[in-house]
Amino acid sequence: MNAAGFPLLSLLTFLPLAGALIIMSVRGEEAVVASNARWTALWTSLITFALSLILWFRFDKSSPDFQFVEQLSWLPEFGVNYMMGVDGISVLFVLLSTGLTPLCILASWESVENRVREYMVAFLVLETMMVGMFCAMDFILFYVFFEGVLIPMFLIIGIWGGARRVYAAYKFFLYTLLGSVLMLLAIIVLWFSAGTTAIPELAEFEIPFSIQVWLFLAFFASFAVKVPMWPVHTWLPDAHVEAPTAGSVILAGVLLKMGAYGFLRFSLPLLPEASAFFAPFIYVLSVVAVVYTSLVALAQQDMKKLIAYSSVAHMGIVTLGIFTFNQQGIEGALFTMLAHGVVSGALFLCVGVLYDRVHSREIARYGGLAKIMPAYALVFMLFTMGSVALPGTAGFPGEFLVIVGAWAVSPWVALGAALGMILGAAYMLYLYRRVSFGRIIRDDLRSLLDLSPREYATFAPLIALTLWMGIYPQSFLSFFSVTVSQLVEQHQAAVQAASRLAGLP
Amino acid sequence: MFVGAVFFPLLGATISGFFGRWIGDRAAMWSTVICMVLAAVCGVSAFFQVAMGGQPTTEMLFTWMDVGDLEFAWSLRYDTLSAVMVGMVTFISTLIHLYSVGYMSHDETPSRFFAYLSLFTFMMLMLVTADNLVQLFFGWEGVGLASYLLIGYWYEKESANAAAMKAFIVNRVGDLFFMLGMALTFWTFGSLEFDAIFAAAADRAGDTFLGLPSLELIGMLMFLGACGKSAQIGLHTWLPDAMEGPTPVSALIHAATMVTAGVFLMCRMSPVMEYAPFALSVVTVVGATTAIFAATIGCVQNDIKRIIAYSTCSQLGYMFFAAGVGLYQAAMFHLFTHAFFKALLFLGAGSVIHAMSDEQDIRRMGGIWRKIPVTYVVMWIGSLALAGIPIFAGYYSKDAILEGAIAAQSGVGAYAFACGILAAFLTAFYSWRLIILTFHGKPRADAGTMAHVHESPAVMLIPLLLLSVGAVATGFTFAPYFIGDLQEQFWNGAIFNLPAKHMMEALHHAPHWVPTVAKITAVSGIALAVLLYGFLPWVPARIAAAVPGLYRFLLNKWYFDELYDRVFVQPARHLAVRFWQVGDVRIIDGMPNGAAAVAAGAARGAVRLQTGRVANYAFAMIIGLVLFITIFLLGA
Repeated sequence: MNAAGFPLLSLLTFLPLAGALIIMSVRGEEAVVASNARWTALWTSLITFALSLILWFRFDKSSPDFQFVEQLSWLPEFGVNYMMGVDGISVLFVLLSTGLTPLCILASWESVENRVREYMVAFLVLETMMVGMFCAMDFILFYVFFEGVLIPMFLIIGIWGGARRVYAAYKFFLYTLLGSVLMLLAIIVLWFSAGTTAIPELAEFEIPFSIQVWLFLAFFASFAVKVPMWPVHTWLPDAHVEAPTAGSVILAGVLLKMGAYGFLRFSLPLLPEASAFFAPFIYVLSVVAVVYTSLVALAQQDMKKLIAYSSVAHMGIVTLGIFTFNQQGIEGALFTMLAHGVVSGALFLCVGVLYDRVHSREIARYGGLAKIMPAYALVFMLFTMGSVALPGTAGFPGEFLVIVGAWAVSPWVALGAALGMILGAAYMLYLYRRVSFGRIIRDDLRSLLDLSPREYATFAPLIALTLWMGIYPQSFLSFFSVTVSQLVEQHQAAVQAASRLAGLP
Repeated sequence: MFVGAVFFPLLGATISGFFGRWIGDRAAMWSTVICMVLAAVCGVSAFFQVAMGGQPTTEMLFTWMDVGDLEFAWSLRYDTLSAVMVGMVTFISTLIHLYSVGYMSHDETPSRFFAYLSLFTFMMLMLVTADNLVQLFFGWEGVGLASYLLIGYWYEKESANAAAMKAFIVNRVGDLFFMLGMALTFWTFGSLEFDAIFAAAADRAGDTFLGLPSLELIGMLMFLGACGKSAQIGLHTWLPDAMEGPTPVSALIHAATMVTAGVFLMCRMSPVMEYAPFALSVVTVVGATTAIFAATIGCVQNDIKRIIAYSTCSQLGYMFFAAGVGLYQAAMFHLFTHAFFKALLFLGAGSVIHAMSDEQDIRRMGGIWRKIPVTYVVMWIGSLALAGIPIFAGYYSKDAILEGAIAAQSGVGAYAFACGILAAFLTAFYSWRLIILTFHGKPRADAGTMAHVHESPAVMLIPLLLLSVGAVATGFTFAPYFIGDLQEQFWNGAIFNLPAKHMMEALHHAPHWVPTVAKITAVSGIALAVLLYGFLPWVPARIAAAVPGLYRFLLNKWYFDELYDRVFVQPARHLAVRFWQVGDVRIIDGMPNGAAAVAAGAARGAVRLQTGRVANYAFAMIIGLVLFITIFLLGA
């Protein structure tokens, strides 16, 4: 059936859902239920993660095709099937999702006190949706998961969020939903013209350029909001600020990758000519995103907002890399997506550590923490450096590859993207300086405790990953390589064929 | 041995950094020192085997990235160029570790300090042993990080934090160009590994990129990167501020090693630079200008460490213009000798500061030479070497550079020579200004401080004495190898000179008046300083009063900081707030939130377009720019 011998991907997708059902079925005293929910959620997510490691070991890196494929007929009369599979582009994102979820559950262990049961259910459902989305090989199925992600996230922000949580949750929901409606239209168009919604079959299907343009714009509306690209990024800072720590981690770590993943999975292979046509537009938006949001990050007074804006800048690097259409650029974009998932997730956890103790995200509230929380200061420094893409940390390989890739397109675009190197250093070091350095002015900070064992356990895997990805990125890049090179070749072939048809040299 | 030289410091950093709290400060300190001694043993023997013995080698560790055609590995390349650096870095770093044991004895967290110091050494060694540009960049940014951590070591001091940030960010400006240089290198050569680049350099000499010669462009980008790290004029502003760090840091990082990375890069890339004559001219002019510019500022500063910092800046200028005229060997030689005497000067200054109860202003020193005789003598030795007095190390290397500038027989060479001679005069002048104000005359410190003046402990004096030996002996010992008759065999192809230029040949036929002029300038600089500050101490103040404009211009360091603040920092801050408050909050968020309101009051909206707010226009401009550039790119 597939390399695992059993429907691994479905199991990964629906195991968290089963865990959620178990949690829901428990009745009893509040404290017992809460503790039960925590442990069940943790174990469910850990087992899911352990199972997902099969992908790491058994995935055949030399094949560009979908692997671990499962197929069930779902709506055969409409040509819609339940198809799951992963290729080099998606496999590591499945692992990212399954890996971050237990960390998020650990991070919410004590900080979430109300409605623990519902919270854990929401998280497990979220995991199902995320994993499902990255595994889906059918467009309709993808759409279901893609939209499904919104619901638990909406609830997590809206119920367990901060003071303006309702505003933020609605903004998040409306922004992302509006784009998605257009994508649904595009899917329906594709469905009618191709008669199938299976992604591998759609990739073979040739679409006239005039229709490609419209489809591209429809997809763009959806993915650009999810990424988010400038100027539709403003939902993100609000959502991050109001979301609980773990919500921010997932939001930054996985949800932001959905848009970029969409571009890679659909826009590029299905609409090659339109992608090439709109590429300059994407470059400009990406570079503006890098420079503009980096500058905005510099002015922030709120830690989470600052990191949220930095995420937009990093995603600018990602969209730029994707649309360079060369091996370095796309692999760099994929690597940046992974690295950003780890590093910015970790940075939100760092903020969470402080928030749990002091209940403030305001930068000015802190200062001099290096003195009383040396271990925390070290961890925070490491992730700060990861975020500024210091070589040897996770941030570097991706950014480097994207800049190299972008240079082939236009040196000015590369220069614009590289400006993020300076501005990124400026806002991150400025943040670090205000939080960790200086004298301790506020007396209540003197009594703060350094990292607890639970926090060490949360950070340890992320620290290891950050260094691993920086020092030996090859173990991750090797997953992308063959799939991406096939994507690049097909893209070039399609664009060349199109220009030959148009009679151009 | 080759691996040990690089990785022992990392081991030391790990022990001290992660286990320092458990094993105690003393154990942490000494474990880093022991690791450094081991590294130095490996490093110096590597130097003898590779450079003196002529056995270059490369140790490949493992693949770093392999993306499409872009492939490179972590590896340690030992040719003469890196062996010189490895030997020098491990040796000096060991001495500085040892010195720090004494200097940092009263500090609260010495284990952290030693961890950073060893981490720095590791990064520097990764930089010089890199086999490809990316690993070089890893070391390049790594030393930047270590330097950031060490400048801001006393993080409770706001000025230290500001200086640390400034160092990192200004360096990043240079790094940006380095990064772009790597991108262009890859698309020109199809590789970032040195062997592949060097082998193909001659074939690619005719390539163009956007109508410009590719190699020239690579040379320029790499040089801009080097400017950041090596504090050349324009990107030098961070170096004087970096003196906020503990003095051993200034000696190791901001004098002997890290700041020379840019020079090293130029020499490493010599096979490419040689085919980029225009870029080399720029290197020459910028280097020469920095040499003179920094020297003028050095003459009026009052902080003992800042004077030496500007002196470093100026000496780096010498190295750059030496590389610019094609004399990479002389640049490396000056780098090598400079490392010894400049480390000596900084550590000597540290010893003075230690003696003077942390006073750094030379206006509040004086009359202490009898109390700290050893420090006094080593400062003399360091200054003599710096001024280029015969027998001392600096004489051989600086002379070669000045002769080379003349021998280049070009306009930029002549300019470099003129700047170099003038800077040599000023160098001698400010060095003796420093010596006389610090050690001679009447004591100007308060009685309490003066009563406390004491010579440093042996653990600090031993490194000083060893470095003094270096400051005297490295010149005449190594001159035959670096620039003399044995150079070809010594360098063994690690540096490439275009055969047509015959620079090494020309060096030996430089006019005979050059060394004489250099000696006379140096001696007259010393004489003038002794006269003005030793015998006529009221004159300098009068001169300053006579030309207040010039004096303030120099005292304020040519107003570079103010200019950058005006042109970059403040606008960036304003733009940041405006983009956020107006761009994001009012315009982007305002659109969905206030769509109805705008529709109702369309007239009011039209008025709002002319509110005269800069940010509104800026925002409109960005949108316009997006559309415009997109249309432009679509058309092209």
